Amino acid sequence: MPSMSTEELKERLIRDLPGALAPARARAEHANNGGSAPKADPLAKPKKGEEGPVDLLATKDAIVLAERIPDVARYVRDTLGYTLLTDLTAVDYLADGVIELIYRFVHLEGGPTLAIKTRVPRDRAVVPSITPFWPGADLQEREAFDMYGVDFPGHPNLVRVYMWDEFEGFPMRKDFPKQGDKYIDEEDEA
Amino acid sequence: MLKTQELQINIGPQHPSTHGVFRLIVTVDGETIIDLKPVFGYLHRNHEQLGEVSTYIQSMPFTDRLDYFNSMANNFGLSIAVEKLAGIEVPQRANYIRVLMAELTRILNHATAVAFMINDMGAWQTPLAYGMREREKILDLFEMASGARMMCNYFRFGGVVRDLPPEFMPQLHDLMRGLPTFFDEFERLLRENEILMLRSEGVGILPKELAASYSVTGPVLRASGIAYDVRKAEPYSVYDELDFDVPIGSVGDVYDRFLIRIEEMRQSYKIVQQVIERLPDTTGGHINPSMANIGKQKALRPPAGDAYGRVETPKGELGFYLVSDGSTRPYRYKVRAPSFINLTPLGDMCRGHKVADVVVILGSIDIVMGEVDR
Repeated sequence: MPSMSTEELKERLIRDLPGALAPARARAEHANNGGSAPKADPLAKPKKGEEGPVDLLATKDAIVLAERIPDVARYVRDTLGYTLLTDLTAVDYLADGVIELIYRFVHLEGGPTLAIKTRVPRDRAVVPSITPFWPGADLQEREAFDMYGVDFPGHPNLVRVYMWDEFEGFPMRKDFPKQGDKYIDEEDEA
Repeated sequence: MLKTQELQINIGPQHPSTHGVFRLIVTVDGETIIDLKPVFGYLHRNHEQLGEVSTYIQSMPFTDRLDYFNSMANNFGLSIAVEKLAGIEVPQRANYIRVLMAELTRILNHATAVAFMINDMGAWQTPLAYGMREREKILDLFEMASGARMMCNYFRFGGVVRDLPPEFMPQLHDLMRGLPTFFDEFERLLRENEILMLRSEGVGILPKELAASYSVTGPVLRASGIAYDVRKAEPYSVYDELDFDVPIGSVGDVYDRFLIRIEEMRQSYKIVQQVIERLPDTTGGHINPSMANIGKQKALRPPAGDAYGRVETPKGELGFYLVSDGSTRPYRYKVRAPSFINLTPLGDMCRGHKVADVVVILGSIDIVMGEVDR
């Protein structure tokens, strides 16, 4: 069954798509990336004084520049053979000011998933759409747009998927007000 | 020279055949579909945001309500994802009980899905009653094990909430005795019915070359001829110790999706037989002893990081992507819903067919709005 480790994936990206990989961050990596061999005991309470800020952005996965996503997607599909885009997730890291998109691919002969991550600034979240050549990304990019406000230029029909068309705001963002929403106030007045 | 005009018709959201509150805006020329635009969001319940404000175990009852027909399968998905994130071991007996529940869910889902498909074609309630009869028997088993028929909330991180009661096995044996006859009877209902074959052969074709690019998974992908099943591709729980086949179709039309589901029911029956044989010899109890206390489940603090856990539900690949920041609540909780993504090719599958075929094609994809809208 085809399986590609993140190190091998990064090597191949450096070799075949120069400039696609984002420059490395100078911070430590998590032990728990993708659930592989976590060293901490999940039931232990954090000790007083040892609770430092958690670096949520540290990861072993390949991080790619946003504007190179279509090239990387084509590479993953045509050269590496991972032809099914199984998941497109957006995560809002409010404290670090980035929105991370995770593209998860699957090889039809089996094996674990292959994840490609990209990070865009929250106030200018733009990632070129892969829907023109990958129709399976259609609804998934619309969901990331609706919930997180990520713009996908090139998408044939980038409209909201869950909220109604005139809705303002992006509900899954961490700074979206959870209570005192302006629509709820309007209902109370009516 | 007759002139025709395109008309936009609205199907749903209140409609008996849209499998929930689902709205379709179809552009028709006469009765032939030119374009189809689905409108989602009528059942959007903020499931992912609730996941961010709840602890991991508090999300478990919410997963029951995702694909409300197959609550055990949803529970399974969340358990696999959290166990991967936190590194929790599951004992052998718990794994076999989980597989038993998952495969019984598969049988009940496919029986209901096929019955509803035939119902959508206008065969009204009689074939539906055939499928629902088997479903009722399996729901009785679920009630015996977990306390609830549909919203079972049976799985916990590290195993299941309680072991099977002593009256479970005799009733399961009774059910297993009657199932092969039911499968044959059900299949004969399909194979020998001319109207059904006319309405489903060649309708809603998803060609093999395009199926993977549309990101479809589950019976829809397999009916198009691609043998991809998460239970074989990335085996979880004890599926790598069990012997079963993955049926694939040839054409990718509605008729193939019928036959695939009947055949998958037979394969699930085969798996349940193996589980019943092996269950008395399994060890380990029904849950990992370190997680047996509900307090431990609530206090679960997975180390910071992320994990993606996926299972093969009867609708397709259900995945949970969890990002942990080291606290008891996930930082990000994402559900990869198979029904939602399987709707991507709906427009292309329906183009050129009649309005009546839309209902049949939608039924063959087998969606549940709880999952589509979350």
